[in-house]
Amino acid sequence: MLILKCPYCGVDAEETELAAGGEAHLKRFGPGSSDDEFHDYLFMRENPKGVHFERWRHANGCGKWFHAARCTQTLEVFGTYSAQVTEPPQEIRDAITAKRPGWTWREFE
Amino acid sequence: MRHYSAFAVAREGLRYHTGWERAWRSPEPKRRYDVIIVGAGGHGLATAYYLGKNYGIHNVAVIEKGWLGGGNTGRNTTIIRSNYLQDSSAAIYEKARGLYEDLSQDLNYNIMFSPRGVLMLAQTQHEIRGYQRTAHANNLQGVSTEFIGPQKVKEIVPIINLEGPRYPVLGALWQPRGGTARHDAVAWGYARACSAMGMDIIQQTEVTGVRTHDGRVVGVDTTKGPIDCEKLGMVVAGNCSVLSEMAGFRLPVESVALQALVSEPIKPCMDVVVMANTVHGYMSQSDKGEMVIGGGTDAYNNYTQRGSFHHIEETVRALVETFPMVSRLKMLRQWGGIVDVTGDRSPLISKTPVENCFVNAGWGTGGFKAIPGSGWAMAQLMATGHSSLAEEFTMTRFREGKFIDESVAAGVAH
Repeated sequence: MLILKCPYCGVDAEETELAAGGEAHLKRFGPGSSDDEFHDYLFMRENPKGVHFERWRHANGCGKWFHAARCTQTLEVFGTYSAQVTEPPQEIRDAITAKRPGWTWREFE
Repeated sequence: MRHYSAFAVAREGLRYHTGWERAWRSPEPKRRYDVIIVGAGGHGLATAYYLGKNYGIHNVAVIEKGWLGGGNTGRNTTIIRSNYLQDSSAAIYEKARGLYEDLSQDLNYNIMFSPRGVLMLAQTQHEIRGYQRTAHANNLQGVSTEFIGPQKVKEIVPIINLEGPRYPVLGALWQPRGGTARHDAVAWGYARACSAMGMDIIQQTEVTGVRTHDGRVVGVDTTKGPIDCEKLGMVVAGNCSVLSEMAGFRLPVESVALQALVSEPIKPCMDVVVMANTVHGYMSQSDKGEMVIGGGTDAYNNYTQRGSFHHIEETVRALVETFPMVSRLKMLRQWGGIVDVTGDRSPLISKTPVENCFVNAGWGTGGFKAIPGSGWAMAQLMATGHSSLAEEFTMTRFREGKFIDESVAAGVAH
């Protein structure tokens, strides 16, 4: 079972305590954006076989949203971090680089 | 290829079964093919088969990184039905169901199609209205379904508990010509027929790159070296994002794990397929007597072909409510497959931004039932550049807002 540490209440939460919220760090496009941008924002996801950044909610716990970095190929969890950021913090990137050198994700790596 | 028949069984019986041939060849790849299909699952093999049968294209390779039929084709719960809400869905799934009816004769391979009937239980007022709407839509589409009351449900499935602890059974959508088939045999039958037409099925060979020139596909790189092709079909389900990235475009899908399990074999107790979407479980009995059980997908991206324990618990709980007699069954085994889910829960059978590169993906949790229809439409699209069956399933439909919305109609597992 997937276990993620909630960065807010510090609990090691099991999958059944959490609600998955899909891909993280989406750049939102609205009125004034091009059709391509709006289409990609609504329907296109990275869906990588490997490093994945995603949103989770500690639904049956403190109720807060947070971020997680996880590998979709091995289910390994690299770490969890605050929802109040638009990119993963350096220590999460370092943790990923230690295990998956050369990983990439959109504009940051 | 030697024909399978009762006479062949008798002949081989008289000579100690020494004359059976291999069902398909395992050749080394040639340098070039007219068409390469990536993915030797049901959909890929069916595409190759109908390319040969309907369009006379025989210089075809089907490349598979594992073994044929070892992905979702061998991991599903074998349910076949076509009671969809939207016209374009009903058309392709009904085409598939119709082809399944005489597929054994067509392929000369017993796929054990059993049109035993499929029941989809209505357990809320909302579901009753939804299924009545579907039944009316199906009547207009020429798909034979009917909305039936709880007493009729009880007659069809005596082991059902109409007064469940959470949700009573209020009726059901009944498709008498739906049913099940032997999933492995579907892949094997198509593979044998393709091989007999001279097509090469190349297993244990992974595609590592897609080569293009001037926006046009020219071949693939594989673990057995580069292979050239005129046209490329990508039919790799859960891994379609990985393959499309090699070709330089993205697909509107996400990959998640869907799992199933079977019980120990018991005596015949249920001769139809029952799906209960509100409590979220579905069950049928295999010819061996095992209860074949399916449930929902995991909620997060996953490529591991493993399920998670709490989903088994949820699924089994739903079935114990609906069929109290299964509460003491032991479960034999459990497995997971990676399904590619689109935003509207309908597939992509489409041209791509790369010329002569076609994609057949996004079947999500309900691909098995569609295999013959999907192969038929994909072959038509690849051979002629247009398929009326596949017309609505283009990958650009999201941009245009032309969804084929089955997520509302099917709700969940489909």
